[in-house]
Amino acid sequence: MTRYFTREHEWVEVSGVAGTVGITDYAQGQLGDVVFVDLPAPGKPLTRGKDAAVVESVKAASDVYAPVSGVVTEANAALDADPALVNTAPETDGWFFKLTLSDASELDGLMHEDAYKAFVASL
Amino acid sequence: MADADTPVLNLPLDALHRALGARMVPFAGYAMPIQFEGIVAEHNWTRTHAGLFDVSHMGQLVFANIDDARLETLLPGDIIGLKQGVLRYSMLLDEAGGILDDLMVTRRGGGAGGDLYMVVNGATKHDDLAVFRAAGLAPAHRDDWALLALQGPEAVAVLERLAPGVAALSFMRGGAFEVLGHPAWISRSGYTGEDGFEISVAADAVEAVARALLAAPEVKPIGLGARDSLRLEAGLPLYGHDLTPAITPVEAGLSFAISKRRKAEGGFLGAARILDQLLNGPPKRRVGLKVEGRLPAREGATVVAAEGVVGTVTSGGFGPALGCPIAMAMVDARYAADGTKLGLDVRGRILDATVVPMPFFPKSYVRTGAPR
Repeated sequence: MTRYFTREHEWVEVSGVAGTVGITDYAQGQLGDVVFVDLPAPGKPLTRGKDAAVVESVKAASDVYAPVSGVVTEANAALDADPALVNTAPETDGWFFKLTLSDASELDGLMHEDAYKAFVASL
Repeated sequence: MADADTPVLNLPLDALHRALGARMVPFAGYAMPIQFEGIVAEHNWTRTHAGLFDVSHMGQLVFANIDDARLETLLPGDIIGLKQGVLRYSMLLDEAGGILDDLMVTRRGGGAGGDLYMVVNGATKHDDLAVFRAAGLAPAHRDDWALLALQGPEAVAVLERLAPGVAALSFMRGGAFEVLGHPAWISRSGYTGEDGFEISVAADAVEAVARALLAAPEVKPIGLGARDSLRLEAGLPLYGHDLTPAITPVEAGLSFAISKRRKAEGGFLGAARILDQLLNGPPKRRVGLKVEGRLPAREGATVVAAEGVVGTVTSGGFGPALGCPIAMAMVDARYAADGTKLGLDVRGRILDATVVPMPFFPKSYVRTGAPR
């Protein structure tokens, strides 16, 4: 399993063509207290860089983009009951959705963890 | 909000905010703290202890005593009858009765040495000054003063230690005090729905005053984010969002601010329309909405009923002390009755909402005659 990151602060963990998507710890810190996550339904096709989900914090609504193209297979039901998981465990239990990648070559355009850490440090 | 090409100015407490770990954002032309610890934590701290807000972006104006009658041509409050040491909430109006700004005005001392002290919104203060000057008024703009708000149930105990006597003020009363040897005008007022005070001091004294307040164990610094969620829960409208030139005081549910004498006499800008609305009812009204589920409806969301679109959300979010989404909306008056079921369109999803009385969260003001 390999984890990739976007400049928009999403992460995707990939195993074969199966991916799990969430937002980074940096992103949750910027958003503040999350009160609701609007997740895509299973079966929904997503396009890399386009809207995939919406995170509602106390402050504002923020779009989350698909780090890679694919079809949603599962939304994280735990976020319905406890949206604050995005704040407390953004890169583990607070994942957003799983998808089947439609073009694994898109991963080449994403960052590995070291590059992402350096990117965040530069902000 | 400041335009991208407008220079962002710094307020006197800029360095202190940054030292306290604030996240700064441009607001009303100034760099302002949006949050310190986090909006929900700051919100709940203010509701249970005391929060310190820097509101130095707001405009502090001083009018000579002789300006009372002329000031009454621009706003619907009773200024002539305003007693010494009393605050009045009022609004600056245009010819059509639209709201140009909302404000607090206080008579500070009587007789020849007295004056009127006014606090207006930061984003509108320069426009307000132009309106006053066009009407032949020449208020002094005291941008050499700073303004703090100390809000919450423990505010009175904290401030009484630094400014003995403030506990004797009741809600919407103010007076001259000294804090750490600095002259201060202190009023029992605020915009959170909590008991609390607003403290006007010279800009060069405000850091010492703020540090002394923050040294109290009851006090934490609070940012604009919690200020917004607190005022929303308290049902208090925010200028530029719930109040605009397209909205009259009657439509905004602020008829209480039109004094009895002014209703009888008129003689203020927009009086014809406003008096007609008082008599016959306005075409639209500001309402409070409780939203089902956890998804907040934000400013701009469409309000729908069976017949179609009947209004727009003017501010909305999550009420931290209530644990559910709440909103204010301007709706067709036929849909403004408490208990009316409405839909809110959020990204194509229709949320169920109910018109409810405001405040959403009960206010805790210390009224005249209450035990001190």
